[in-house]
Amino acid sequence: METKEGRQVRVLEGNLAAAYGVLLSKPDVISCFPITPQSSLGEALSRFVADGLLDAEMVEPEGENSALSILIGASVAGGRTFTSTSSQGLSFMYDAYLFTAGNRLPIVMAIAMREQVAPHGVIAGQQDAILMKDGGWIQFYAESCQEILDSMIMAYRLAEDPEILLPVNVCYEGFYLSYQSQRVEIPTQHEVDRFLAPVTKSERLRLCLENPMVFSSYTVPGELYTEYRYKHCAALQRTREKCDQIDKEFEEIFGYGYGGQIEEYRTEDADVVIVTMGSCTGTAKVVIDKKRDQGLKVGLIKIRMFRPFPVERLVEVLNGKKAIGVIDRNVFYAGFCGHVFFEMKTLLNELEPHVPVLLNFIAGLGGSDITPQLVERVINTTCSAADGKKVKQVTWLSLE
Amino acid sequence: MRFRTDYEAPWANCKERIDAKTGEWRFQRPVTKVGKCRECGWCYIYCPSGCREVKEGYFSANLDYCKGCGVCARVCPGKAIMLVREEG
Repeated sequence: METKEGRQVRVLEGNLAAAYGVLLSKPDVISCFPITPQSSLGEALSRFVADGLLDAEMVEPEGENSALSILIGASVAGGRTFTSTSSQGLSFMYDAYLFTAGNRLPIVMAIAMREQVAPHGVIAGQQDAILMKDGGWIQFYAESCQEILDSMIMAYRLAEDPEILLPVNVCYEGFYLSYQSQRVEIPTQHEVDRFLAPVTKSERLRLCLENPMVFSSYTVPGELYTEYRYKHCAALQRTREKCDQIDKEFEEIFGYGYGGQIEEYRTEDADVVIVTMGSCTGTAKVVIDKKRDQGLKVGLIKIRMFRPFPVERLVEVLNGKKAIGVIDRNVFYAGFCGHVFFEMKTLLNELEPHVPVLLNFIAGLGGSDITPQLVERVINTTCSAADGKKVKQVTWLSLE
Repeated sequence: MRFRTDYEAPWANCKERIDAKTGEWRFQRPVTKVGKCRECGWCYIYCPSGCREVKEGYFSANLDYCKGCGVCARVCPGKAIMLVREEG
């Protein structure tokens, strides 16, 4: 089936949608090591290369650390690169992960998110990707298979932008999205080429014989080291605005967008807002619609870009709200809460005219379902807090 | 902001690189017994610092960069390299 724009409509699992996003972005070098639930993405890309659909160098590494290290080399030589992983595979990449960011290499990596040990579990969660939040990368979290595909293309546009030059993670929950099949429109190559044109032609520093460079050299003195750290932080700050701008460019070419750093769903006149990140957003939107039909003024904010955290956009949307309920599919050990909630706490002082009640709900850990019933509990509890009732700040939904 | 470089990331032009004389770290130095060297080049291949130099009829170390690790002496099939302790 085709749409009027000539886009193929297919039923694709999340990993395959990601693979199509990569295929259309035309990377030069790919290196993936298999780990559940990401493996079928690497398999799909190998097939594309074998079938001659994708003209890329497919390197088979002996582990995840090598996979990313191979891409560091390829990226330093000026190539467009891709890798993907999950859970312990990601932790095995740790030093290469930091090395990539510090050297400002625009590598794109998909993370089919899985719980991070321990306890052991080959099950969905966000703990693996979220632990990397201070690695200096940009992180996107997708809600649907279509968003995975589109985020992949946006990731290259953002990573390679001359004002940004940072690596990007496109994260989506394993199992729920990696293996769940949904309707996906595959953009045409012409559309994607047009969208990526500004970065496909751009020149960046690379290793070549004509103009020999050194990279990641032992950096002294401390003042120079500080300067690189400062420039890295500054690039992440610029990413926020750039992300919104790129989303608009995307909308102009493809006819639809995602709202940039965050998606606002029925928030305009809402008193109560719930905040989600990842695949549970779809379920939550259905519950929001139901509650709206019952006359409750509730809305939803989906965090699309978690790193850097969309501070200004959130402050703008949340001003004047009475209560906010944050659903976290991850835990922040030291805070006895979730990571998104902890980030949201830092915004409270900036909200006017009054500080809203901020609540946290831990749900969906260890691959468990975030059901409409759980989301309804979140909304009911947040609404009663908005009405002045005293409720616990952090609720572990499946334990209470 | 006072910046020292125009580069965004820790990259530099090779011509402007900071030169670190790693030879300053050395506590022992390799000395080649010229007559025993067979010019096989093993020390040249194995030297981790890449500081072995080809001379007329033998190999020796560039002492600006040689860290004195002793790999050259260890691999030399003719036992032509001695390690001598640096004094002072």
